[in-house]
Order: sequence, then structure tokens, then C-alpha cells
Amino acid sequence: MSTTTMIENGILNQHLIDPEICIRCNTCEATCPIGAITHDDTNYVVMADQCNGCMDCISPCPTGSIDNWRKVPVAEAYSLADQFGWEALPPELPPERLAAAALSSDAAGSAEVEDLSQAQAAIAAVAGLASNAGETREAEFRSAAFGATVPPWSAAHAYTNLYGPRNPVSAAVVGNINCTEAGFDNETHHIVLDFGAMPFPVLEGQSIAIIPPGVDANGRPHVARQYSIASARNGERPGYNNVALTVKRVMQDHEGQPVRGVASNYLCDLKVGDAVQVIGPFGHSFLMPNHPRSHIVMICTGTGSAPMRAMTEWRRRLRKSGKFDGGKLMLFFGARTPQELPYFGPLQNLPKDFIDNNFAFSRVAGIPKRYVQDVIRERAIDLAELLRDDNTHIYVCGLKSMEEGVVLALRDVIVQAELNWENVAAKLKQQGRLHLETY
Amino acid sequence: MSNIDYSVKIPNNVDLSGDRTLQRALESWQPNFIQWWDDVGPEGSTNHDVYLRTAVSVDPQGWAQFGYVKMRDYRWGIFLNPADQERAIHFGDHKGEKAWQEVPGEHRANLRRIIVTQGDTEPASVEQQRHLGLTAPSLYDLRNLFQVNVEEGRHLWAMVYLLHKYFGRDGREEAEALLERQSGDENNPRILGAFNEKTPDWLAFFMFTYFTDRDGKFQLAALAESAFDPLARTTKFMLTEEAHHMFVGESGVSRVLQRTCQVMNELKTDDVAKLRVAGVIDLPTIQRYLNFHYSVTIDLFGADQSSNAATFYSSGLKGRYEEGKRSDDHALHDQRYKVLEVVDGKLQEKEVPMLNALNEVLRDDYIKDSNAGVGRWNKVMEKAGIDFRLIIPHKAFNRQIGALAGVRMSPDGRPVTEQEWQTRKDEWLASDADRAFVASLMQRCLAPGKFAGWIAPPVMGINRQPVDFDYVRFN
Ligand SMILES: Cc1cc2nc3c(=O)[nH]c(=O)nc-3n(C[C@H](O)[C@H](O)[C@H](O)COP(=O)(O)OP(=O)(O)OC[C@H]3O[C@@H](n4cnc5c(N)ncnc54)[C@H](O)[C@@H]3O)c2cc1C
Ligand code: SF4
Ligand code: SF4
Repeated sequence: MSTTTMIENGILNQHLIDPEICIRCNTCEATCPIGAITHDDTNYVVMADQCNGCMDCISPCPTGSIDNWRKVPVAEAYSLADQFGWEALPPELPPERLAAAALSSDAAGSAEVEDLSQAQAAIAAVAGLASNAGETREAEFRSAAFGATVPPWSAAHAYTNLYGPRNPVSAAVVGNINCTEAGFDNETHHIVLDFGAMPFPVLEGQSIAIIPPGVDANGRPHVARQYSIASARNGERPGYNNVALTVKRVMQDHEGQPVRGVASNYLCDLKVGDAVQVIGPFGHSFLMPNHPRSHIVMICTGTGSAPMRAMTEWRRRLRKSGKFDGGKLMLFFGARTPQELPYFGPLQNLPKDFIDNNFAFSRVAGIPKRYVQDVIRERAIDLAELLRDDNTHIYVCGLKSMEEGVVLALRDVIVQAELNWENVAAKLKQQGRLHLETY
Repeated sequence: MSNIDYSVKIPNNVDLSGDRTLQRALESWQPNFIQWWDDVGPEGSTNHDVYLRTAVSVDPQGWAQFGYVKMRDYRWGIFLNPADQERAIHFGDHKGEKAWQEVPGEHRANLRRIIVTQGDTEPASVEQQRHLGLTAPSLYDLRNLFQVNVEEGRHLWAMVYLLHKYFGRDGREEAEALLERQSGDENNPRILGAFNEKTPDWLAFFMFTYFTDRDGKFQLAALAESAFDPLARTTKFMLTEEAHHMFVGESGVSRVLQRTCQVMNELKTDDVAKLRVAGVIDLPTIQRYLNFHYSVTIDLFGADQSSNAATFYSSGLKGRYEEGKRSDDHALHDQRYKVLEVVDGKLQEKEVPMLNALNEVLRDDYIKDSNAGVGRWNKVMEKAGIDFRLIIPHKAFNRQIGALAGVRMSPDGRPVTEQEWQTRKDEWLASDADRAFVASLMQRCLAPGKFAGWIAPPVMGINRQPVDFDYVRFN
């Protein structure tokens, strides 16, 4: 198997199909060993976040149309919706554009990404692409385009890709508890993994991936699933080499059909002492600022709270040690009910002058549905004040479906404050101050 | 001939050498196959070394091996997609039961019939195309023709394997008969009408590979759903090869259009006579070829209402196109479907039980797919700034099978009188004069990188080779 390098220096070598030559014969879709090709009524397309460049599809394609590649900044990978709409391949991007993108990508990202899970993870993490075909069809308003690909200037240096799918590191489970109220839907576990003597340096906002044991329906090893780190950089237990994860047990797919999620159920059912295969760490831009005047606005739903918990916890530890008087924390957190909201109890116990909590519940009997974007709009005045300050950093994390609504709400807040949305958005992106991570 | 090392000669993933009976059966069939190839296979091609794609296994690395081969020595292999032990029947009345690894007695006759009908089309198209090599417009096209031919041959092997392996003596007899019937033979013709038509020129060949091989795609796709697992796995693999055939058609017609448009723009004319003098095929003639091949091909799907189709589906022998991707109950007992009929000289739609209309369902899926490609052809004219669009004729146009058989219709779906049909049919279907003109253009052009004047070169070569590559070497 010859594998091409998919990502280098923040530039993705994106695999595309030439719609002018392709005869829609389905050979590539039937051939691709990992199901990275899909089609609609007009075009056959390659899913950027799945394709690992194995080249299996190249020679069987009768037309040669499958053998097309374009270099694009990772965050601007052509989405499925883009590709479905094409009548011809887009022209190559000018070298200046690529050079600019390569420069802006973090030094740590220069590690070559060579194989499936790393490429998939890196693309998904940086570009916020969903791995599900249906979901990547974006509306006219492309919220993902506003997300930064650079970290805040005061972020610490992140290590990435220390362990790949071929050399995973083994971690031991040292804790596994249900952190939602038992008996309610969306059971979510707080899982702590210890790396013993193996180096595994992480920062808040990064993620790792877990390889579930066993094989899938086609007899192939399961692909790794990514999980955000929910603990602070110095460990879930300070001074120990461990990380925490927030894992929701997937029992239904996005359409509500019953399905038993492979990795999430494996993780939720682990016992203390079990060994887990881990790859990563991933992510070099969804990182928190470290300068004492920096403010953090956190917007999340469900397990999107994991990185928020990590950042909050690091700030709490710093505050205890006397730093960060000026920096504010503002949290917008959505769930269906308080019982399903991970870490609800601990969050409420944090001092009000430390964190400004805003909850939105969409399924509580007797009260009208509220979503995070509703609460963002309600808090427009305070948010606008923060947005006028260049020390403010915004983090959005959770299910893909929330992203667009949140970015639109932010736009409303900015427009209402009589600021220019285009300018503010461009600045936030350039300065690494608006980060989107949805899955 | 019994000392052939079959694992080399007939690459296979069915453990041929471990099944003595089967091996012997195929050993006795093989000389007849070679005889058939010599008699009615590609004319005058025996000594050519052709740059062919050969499958030696079903994994991506193995199934597309390129190299020079004499067609007679092509390794017609027997390949089944990998088995899934857990595979369950996913439609019809046996839904949920385990897929069959052997032929159930009660379905034996029907399955045999399905396999024989499919098998019969494969050698037929080789026979239909046997003279085309003599008039190939380029080495590249010649190679593509030969690739299509050997793969049709391999598909025949695939069906013959199933007949030999699962149908005992009956199967062996059917396998022999596949080599005895002959396309266009009055006494012993091929089973389906379209496979007895001539493919006299390259435009007809491109139309055939576009439209008729696409029928193959849909039939194979429906069989790839079959509860009879060996059939499903065989046809799945055949589908990957069928793609090349459709490519030859789609790109072939597209290149003809491109060349015609180019000359139309150079001469600034759409005058048919002038274009013909200039040696390109005028667009109205291409439309008439299209009308013919399209209408003949949609007949291949069979009668619009058929109790056989219902039986094949309910008993799990043949599914729908992309059955697994559909979200209904996969039993279809209470569902209805619209078919066309003619009442008092007028076309009208009628709702019938879907199970009986499954031929029509498959035909409609096919129509959608083939129409999409016609849209891609139209881009050629659009890009050249020429105001002419190809259209597929009405479903009821020129039909010979089903409720619409013999109904006189214009291509746009207007019922016409017999008299109007007779006076205008040469406007609608390629006439003898059209065919004679196209035939006059068919001159062999075999210098590497050169193309006959009526067709544009392809955008790229085969297997990333340059367009002027030596695709065929003559010895
Ligand atoms: C950067 C990144 C960070 C992530 N962080 C976290 C995290 O902190 N915590 C966490 O729990 N997950 C997180 N995920 C999601 C996680 O990687 C898995 O996708 C998730 O756990 C489901 O995996 P599974 O193996 O259980 O389900 P699978 O077996 O992969 O999927 C089963 C079915 O469920 C659907 N499905 C998958 N996830 C969901 C969902 N959340 N809701 C509804 N349907 C779903 C799938 O489309 C599929 O149809 C993250 C993903 C990314 C890309
Ligand atoms: S195999 Fe090639 S021609 Fe066929 S659908 Fe895929 S890209 Fe298109
Ligand atoms: S290169 Fe490999 S992973 Fe990518 S689409 Fe082709 S077969 Fe699939």
C-alpha cells in the first residue's frame, strides 16, 4: 500500500474527482477500502476527512478522473457540498495563498501526517469537518470559515502526533464515573487515563484518539475515535501523568435510530485497571491564552464541555496561586435537561466572580425551550463589551449542528453593538481568537 | 488439455484446483470457448499484443494489472467478491434469513434462467463488435474495444462458472448453448433483441457501450443484491469491469461531439451537408443514433408489468438497483407504482402493484442514470457555444416490448399515426443513408497518437499512459 502524505505544514493535499471526466460508474466507491467516497445524483466525491491517500481507487477507475489532487489550507478543505456542486475542478490556489497558510499553521503541525487516523483526526480537529457525509453539507453561511487555524499568541506550545495508529501508547484506566445523573438519557462518563512513565504532554483544548479493540463489520480494525481532553495540563490529579475525558454513550445515531456506538460504549464500560490504546495528542490551535489579562468565552453543548472544563480548571488552579485577577470567564452551556448536563453540580459550585455561567435547557417540562444561541443573544450587551477587547478569546465546541447557529448569534451580537462583523470576524480569525471544534 | 495449470491460466479465487469435478467441467468447456473466440471473436486480432487490464484477484491491487497480452491468452479468471459469512437476505419474503450458499430447489429453474439470460449477453456483444477492429479510429480506441471484448469474455466465464458449479448437467448444457447461439443468427439467435442488432460502426459501438452496457450495469446491480450469494458476489465484481465499458461509450460519444463542434465552429456552419463533406458526423445524426440505441436498450428491461419480476423479487433472486440504500420495507407488498399505457390512442399513467412493476422501476432508475450522462454530453456543445442539445426520447418511443410495443410515438411522446411514423421515421431513427454515411468515415487509423478525423483525442490515456502510447503492438 503506497500512501501519500495528506497534510504537511497546514496544507492538505486534497483528493478530488474531476466531474468533467468521471462517468459516475461507482467503481471507486466500491473499491475504496474505508468508504471514503460517496455520491449524490450529480457527482462522485471524496470525503476529505476520511481519505487516507492509499491509492487503491486509482488504477481501477476507468477514466482517470479519480486521480486529482489540490493543495488547500486544511481549514479550507473543499466540503462535500462544494464538491457536489461542481461542474469542473477548481483551479489550483496561487502559491502565495498556500505559503501564507503554511506559515500561519503552528510549528508543531509540521510533523508529517501520514496515516489514516492522524490525517482524519488532524483534518477533523482543525477544519471542524464532520465525518458523516450528510452532515458536511453546509448551508450558504459557512460558519466553519470563521474558525481560526492559529492559536492565541500567548498559548503554550503544544506537542502533537507523538503516537500514531501504528505505535499507539497504552494507558491505564484509573477512574470511570457517570457524571450525568444516573437513569437519564445521554449518559456521560468522566474517564481518567494514566500514562505511567510514558511521555504524553497535553494542553487544554487538545484531543486524543482511542482505538477500540476488535474489528468492524468488514473485518477491518476499528478506526480511532477522537475525544477532547477534559483535564488541565498538569493532570486530572495535579502532578500526575493522567488525563480526563468526557465521553457520551452513543445509543442513537444523529437521526435518532438506535445504534450502539463502538468506541463510546467501549470507553463507558471500561473498568479501573483496563488498558486502552491511545494515539495523539492532536490539535495545535484550539488552545487557551495564557496572558493574565485574557478573557475566555466558552460556548458548548454536551460533551463539547470537555475542553471548557479543562480550561476552567486550569484557570481555577492558577487563580488559587494568585494569577489571573483580570481575566474573565464566561460560559454558555446547552443541554436538554440539567440532569443531562455533564459536570452540572461542580460547575454550580464555582464562585460567581470566577465564572459567569449561562445555561440553556431545551427539554425541561414547563419551561420554554432555550438553546445556547438564545442565551448568547440575551447576554448581548455583556458579550459585546468583551468582544471590544482584544484580550477576548472565543471557543465553541459540541455537535456540528450547533456551530452555524452560534456563529450567527455572535454575528448578531456584533452587529447590534454597531461593530463591523466582517472586520471583527476577520480579526478574530487572524489572531487565533475564535475557535470552532464541532463533530 | 487437461494438463493446464488452472491457477495460472484461469486465475480464480474459488479454489478451482480443490474441486475436481468443477475443474474437469471447465476443462472440457474451455476448448470450446477458445474455438468460439477464434471463430467469432475480434476479427484478425490473434497476433496483436494489447495493453490490457487483467484481474488476478479482487483486491484493489490485484484486479487492475496492466500489461501487453495476446487476447487469446487473456487470463479469463473467475472472481467472486469476498464472502460475508453473516450476510442475510435483505429483501423479499425471505428477508432476514441467511443468504443461500447453494441453490434452493424451488428456485433452481428461475435462477438458472436469470444466469443464462445474463450470460447470453456477454458473448453476444463480442460477436456484435467483431469487425470493429478493422475500422478503429486510433490505437487508443482499438485497445479499448479489445478491453471491452476480453472483459465480456470474462463475464461469460463468470456465468459459466455458476452454471457448472451449481446446476449440474443442466448447467453444463446451458454453458455449451451459450457458445452455440449467435448474435443475429436467424436459426439460433441470442436471447434478447438488442443483442441481435448489428454494431456496424464506431458511433453505434459508442452508443451501445453507453446505453446497452449501462443496462448491464443495472441488471448486474440488481443481481448483486441476490439472496443466492455466489451470484451476488460474482456480479458485484463484474460491475467494476462494466464501468470501463460505459466509459468507452460516454467518452467516445463525447469525443465525437467535440470534434463535430470544433469543425462547426471552424466552418461556422451547422449545415449537415457541409459538415458531412468535412468528414464529421452532424449532430442530428448523432441524435438519431441515440434515439435508436436508447429505445432498443430500454426494451431490455422487459415488460412493464411482469409476474416473473415479482416472483424474482419476492423469492429473493433479484433485488432492485441499490436495494440496500432504500428505506422502504423491502417487501413491497402494499406499494404501487405508475406505468404507462395507451388508451384510445392516448398515453396515460396507471397505478399497479409495485411488485409487478419492478422491471419498470429498474428501467426508470436506468433512465435517470443515462439521462445524467446525456447532460454531460450537452456540456460539450454548451462549451463550444453551439445551440444544440441532445435529448433522450420519450419512454414510449420505438418500443417493441411491453404495453408500449408497437405504439407509434414521436420522440417527444406525441402519439402519431402509422402514416406519420412512416414518413418521419428517418427523421427520428438513424436511416440507412445515415448509417451509410457514418460507415464511409470508418477508416482505420493506427499511427500512435493519431485519430480519425471524425473524433477528438481523449483527455488522457489509459492507466496514466500518454495518449500516443503504443496501446496495441502488431506482430
Ligand atoms: C475533535 C473531536 C473531539 C471530540 N470530542 C469528544 C468528546 O470530548 N466526547 C465525546 O463523547 N465525543 C467526542 N467526539 C466524538 C467521538 O469522537 C465519537 O464520534 C463518538 O464518541 C461516537 O463514537 P462511537 O464509536 O461511540 O460511535 P460510532 O460507532 O462511530 O457511531 C455510531 C452511530 O452514531 C452516530 N453518532 C456518533 N456520535 C454521535 C453523537 N454524539 N450523537 C448522536 N449520534 C452520534 C454516528 O454517526 C453513527 O451513526 C469528538 C470528535 C471529534 C472529531
Ligand atoms: S471510478 Fe472514476 S469514473 Fe468511476 S465514479 Fe469513480 S471517479 Fe468517476
Ligand atoms: S485514496 Fe484510498 S482512501 Fe482515498 S478515496 Fe482512494 S481508495 Fe479511498
